[in-house]
Amino acid sequence: MDFVAQLTLFVLAIFLGVELITKVPPTLHTPLMSGSNAISGITLVGALIAAGSDAGLLINVLGFIAVVLATINVIGGFMVTNRMLAMFKRK
Amino acid sequence: MQISDNWIDIAYLISAILFVLGIKGLTKPKTAVRGNMLAAAGMGVACVVTLLHRDIVTYEIIIAGVIVGGVIGAILAKKVQMTAMPQLVALLNGFGGGASFAVAAAEFFRGGHPDVVGIIATGAAVLIGAVTLTGSFVAFAKLQELIGGKPMGFPGMKLVNALLLIGSLVAIGYLVMNPGTPLVFWALAIAAAVLGVLLVLPIGGADMPVVIALLNSYSGIAASAAGFVMGNSALIVTGSLVGASGLILTQIMCKAMNRSLTNVLFGVMAEAGEAMDQDEVYEGKIKSTSAEEVAMVLETAQRVVIVPGFGLAMAQAQHAVRELADTIEAHGGEVEYAIHPVAGRMPGHMNVLLAEAEVPYDKLKDMDAINPTFEQTDVAIVLGANDVTNPLAREDKGSPIYGMPILNVDKAKTVVVVKRSLSPGFAGLPNPLFAKDNTLMLFGDGKGAVVDITTALKEG
Repeated sequence: MDFVAQLTLFVLAIFLGVELITKVPPTLHTPLMSGSNAISGITLVGALIAAGSDAGLLINVLGFIAVVLATINVIGGFMVTNRMLAMFKRK
Repeated sequence: MQISDNWIDIAYLISAILFVLGIKGLTKPKTAVRGNMLAAAGMGVACVVTLLHRDIVTYEIIIAGVIVGGVIGAILAKKVQMTAMPQLVALLNGFGGGASFAVAAAEFFRGGHPDVVGIIATGAAVLIGAVTLTGSFVAFAKLQELIGGKPMGFPGMKLVNALLLIGSLVAIGYLVMNPGTPLVFWALAIAAAVLGVLLVLPIGGADMPVVIALLNSYSGIAASAAGFVMGNSALIVTGSLVGASGLILTQIMCKAMNRSLTNVLFGVMAEAGEAMDQDEVYEGKIKSTSAEEVAMVLETAQRVVIVPGFGLAMAQAQHAVRELADTIEAHGGEVEYAIHPVAGRMPGHMNVLLAEAEVPYDKLKDMDAINPTFEQTDVAIVLGANDVTNPLAREDKGSPIYGMPILNVDKAKTVVVVKRSLSPGFAGLPNPLFAKDNTLMLFGDGKGAVVDITTALKEG
């Protein structure tokens, strides 16, 4: 993908993000933060490629670290968000 | 099995759609759980399809990493107390930054993208990722009280920070010219890591909501930069969504304190125009009360507003508060909660605590909704909040907090302030609210005091 296409994606996604997030009520701001932590664990995708490649030990070590950190974010983030939101759901 | 890059990109598009729908779900408490599930499904799609990427040849390291990370993540999520959510989010921000840093580093040492854009993106991911990593750990240490919550610094700190930042940018520039210099890469990483520590150390405990929101944004931007490095659309889109989210929350927090982001990050609070003498404000005007007296006032109250602050979290008093509210309602009163945007240590912190105690979320009112109702309120109970109720912000033009939006609790017929002592809040100012004619001070531990009032009300 060329740079301009990447930049287009980046800028449009920021606008979309602003539109979406301003509609989240203050009462859900904490779950929003933990949820976006989980989503930013998408770095896991890059981490998987580095950890599973055959590009040498250093790459694999860095990949392993990245996989561990990103997985903590993904699993921890989604689980704790779910735990909080379940408390908001009951009436 | 391997599939073509096109199919992988289409799968990433599907996960991006799921993330967007997920965040959309978070706009209403009723749909929020489903939203979170959708986002998790999006993550699942992205990860599974990535495992089929042609560059992946071994799975041992991946499996080991996922198991280690998964177990740690699950334990953190299960064990964390709701009062400690700010610490957990700070930690997760840091891990996110660290992961982006490691991914960018791996890509750098692989030497796959020697073009200018790739190197600049690598530099950005390393710089922002490392700042997020170490800055978040300092924020965590402050919130967990491993180190003091007071601003820390040394003379010339801002100059050192400026030098570190300029040095980092120069290092990135050097890498653009000479991509194959690992030493410069590590120098950049170390400078950024030190910068992260020095940026957060001078920020005080009460400004943590802003810092956490900002680091949240950084972790997203770092992920996005890593996406530019790898040419990965999933990372770019998702990272910028998270970056936007953090930025908006940062803005909301700053507005609620009537301070600019620069002021929170680099400034100290303005000196008071004339030094306010605490004794002068309080002398002879403080009315100390007892739990029994408060219970008597509450017995006939039609409308009660509870104003929680960080002290509520400190005292773990959320369940006791709910019990008190139930008792007041049993006596025929109506109870609502007034939540200031910066109450607690992160955005929405009070809401989560009260939700944990099964307070229905429609009773949690934000500042704009509750402020006009204080004049019809019989009793306002202030629990562990201070600066956000200080009328100086409204009345005294010379005050450093002048202009900060506050909860107008002083307009209620009776104000009960539960507090250990008359000590000032983070702003270091006396609070004239405590000396008002309609204010009763109930000195003591937050939770104990609430339990005593409830008991007295039940017996009375």
